[in-house]
Amino acid sequence: MTPTGPTVGLFVTCLVDAIRPRIGFATLRLLEEAGCRVEVPPQQTCCGQPAFNSGDDADTAALARQVIAAFEPYDYVVLPSGSCAGTIRHGYPELLANDPDWGPRARALSAKTHEILSFLVDVLGHVPQGRRLEASATYHDSCSGLRELGISAQPRRLLADVEGLEMRPLEGNDVCCGFGGTFCVKYSDISGAIVDEKAEAIERTGADLLLAGDLGCLMNMAGKLKRRGSSVRCFHTVEVVAGCADGPAIGEET
Amino acid sequence: MSAPAPQAGFKARAAAAIADPTLKIAIDRTTGTAERKRAAAVAAFSEFEAARARGKAIKDHVIAHLDHYLETFERNATAAGAKVHWAASDAEACAIVVRICREADAKLVTRSKSMLGEEIGLPHALADAGIERAETDLAEHIIQLAGERPSHIVWPAMHRTREQVAELFAEGHHPPPTAFDPATMVQSARHELRTKFLSADVGISGANFLVADTGATCTVTNEGNAELTTTPPRVHIVTAGIEKLVPSTAHAFALLRLLVRSATGGELTQYTTFHCGPKRPGDADGPEEMHIVLVDNGRSRMLKDEFREMLRCIRCGACMNHCVVYRQIGGHAYGGVYPGPMGAVLTPVLAGLERSRDLPSACTMNGRCAEVCPVQIPLPTLLRAWRGRSWRERLEPSGLRYGIGLWAAVARRPRLYRFASGAGVRLLRRLGKGGWISRLPLAGGWTGSRDFPKPAGRTFMELYRAEQSGKGGPS
Ligand code: SF4
Repeated sequence: MTPTGPTVGLFVTCLVDAIRPRIGFATLRLLEEAGCRVEVPPQQTCCGQPAFNSGDDADTAALARQVIAAFEPYDYVVLPSGSCAGTIRHGYPELLANDPDWGPRARALSAKTHEILSFLVDVLGHVPQGRRLEASATYHDSCSGLRELGISAQPRRLLADVEGLEMRPLEGNDVCCGFGGTFCVKYSDISGAIVDEKAEAIERTGADLLLAGDLGCLMNMAGKLKRRGSSVRCFHTVEVVAGCADGPAIGEET
Repeated sequence: MSAPAPQAGFKARAAAAIADPTLKIAIDRTTGTAERKRAAAVAAFSEFEAARARGKAIKDHVIAHLDHYLETFERNATAAGAKVHWAASDAEACAIVVRICREADAKLVTRSKSMLGEEIGLPHALADAGIERAETDLAEHIIQLAGERPSHIVWPAMHRTREQVAELFAEGHHPPPTAFDPATMVQSARHELRTKFLSADVGISGANFLVADTGATCTVTNEGNAELTTTPPRVHIVTAGIEKLVPSTAHAFALLRLLVRSATGGELTQYTTFHCGPKRPGDADGPEEMHIVLVDNGRSRMLKDEFREMLRCIRCGACMNHCVVYRQIGGHAYGGVYPGPMGAVLTPVLAGLERSRDLPSACTMNGRCAEVCPVQIPLPTLLRAWRGRSWRERLEPSGLRYGIGLWAAVARRPRLYRFASGAGVRLLRRLGKGGWISRLPLAGGWTGSRDFPKPAGRTFMELYRAEQSGKGGPS
């Protein structure tokens, strides 16, 4: 089947690349199913968020220029992360605002950058069909996706179409899990206390699965649940929506 | 031993706060209730978003024309019989207040809650001058008995549980309360404070708004203590930051609607009082003199830098009530006068970045504070601005600087990065048992409180490449 849709540059993000490639393949699958022509530019590394959040603007700008150059040929840039998509959408234009050459290019890239699930629903109007997963699950709204990109209804809409999946509400679903990038290592006591409360709320739902849209937050929550001896299994929402959640959950032996 | 600098002690104070289960109960009670009530108040106020935009516009307008409104206010307040003083710094502001107290031959002053007063260190200045001070706000009264600083800008004593307050009252009240239910305790505080209200020579209050076109100052409370602080004494002193100006009474009410809903979830405070000059001939009561001390203390500097938007702050406390960090560590751990997100922006302004570098960094950037801020202050953006300064001024620890620098240098070379990430994940895998790593070198902070998932053996880019060449497509 030759794709008839737009050409999409897939930015898998550094965490997915290194820790859980399955999320990248699930994203690829969703895009191809929706009829997109997908390319994975080999120059991609990281969006620069660790530098951006550390106040290291010079390094962030250098990485931003690298991302812009690598991805501007495509109709769209799609990422399986609200946080990295948020950095490209809002961080780059802010950082390069006064650069006569890169400022406009940053704004152009910003305008065509999307997180995968909101891209499917809002841009393509595509809902994958025939998904099945016999499980109960709860969903955590990762902060950047929720507040910088307005991702809230889209994943819920797609999860509602997964047959057999029972969604359970999470108390404090829109409260930060305490990840915060370098924050979780720099202020590990505070981060640990925050994610402990989050893990308690997740356990109270009694759900089999925890789903969220950012691998960083997922690793934080999954790691805490594991440390607490909880049996909740953690997946990226994309894995469920793409029908790829039949394999090992985060931290399960591959 | 001198008090530790805010920065040196932040992590230690945060750790101590986290280890205190009573504190956590107190924080959850106060912030949890505030969060629920605010949500209900916002839900019941259909034009809330429009009101926020209007609140922001009012504040921005005043900030853009601050000199004009300051002059107008001074003219109108003076015409109403008040005396207006200008203080460039905290020390200057305290000196002015102390001088007025001395001129009034004051032995006892009453004070109603004012964060500006805390900011300029007024309680200390009065003590140093040998002037007895009685705090009339119930929570400030508790703080005074405990010899502490406020831990929240709306509920200064929120870190103290009812049981702890009972202990303080039993020791500090004469006679001690007869029972320790809330009603009897409040009654006891009232009794304790009543004599002070009536015998004070000077009453000091803050102001929530300074109304330019009338020259009035406005205070809001739920206890009515501000009225008792400002009316019976012979002299009334108002200390206020210059950003408290509003053009007119109508603007004050527009902001008041936002302030009260955001702070307590109420529609209006119990008491909203406008003070316009001292007692006039024929007035039944009121002070003989009214002094208004307008305090700059770093504000005009903020006007010119990237923290200008912070001048919109109306001190509602919503940002801290909704902050995951504040809700773990409470207010004292921040080490400054103002805690939470707004404090993390303001403390570096007031105390210097070098001494408070941790505050802007100790934030997950989740954005909830900005989402609830009634005057739309982009708090995470302002915190990031401090981080940028801290980086440029080389205040960040050298380990972090080199770490980020090295990582960025590799990330800017995609081929090297491919190689390094592939080698890195395979190295990491060897640290794991089962699917997890329970101890990580260099990132002990992570594994101190949670496990780390073992990475897959090959990176996405490696797997994708292999798949593409397997397909026989272009490699
Ligand atoms: S920053 Fe905003 S939310 Fe925080 S106290 Fe000020 S006005 Fe309230």
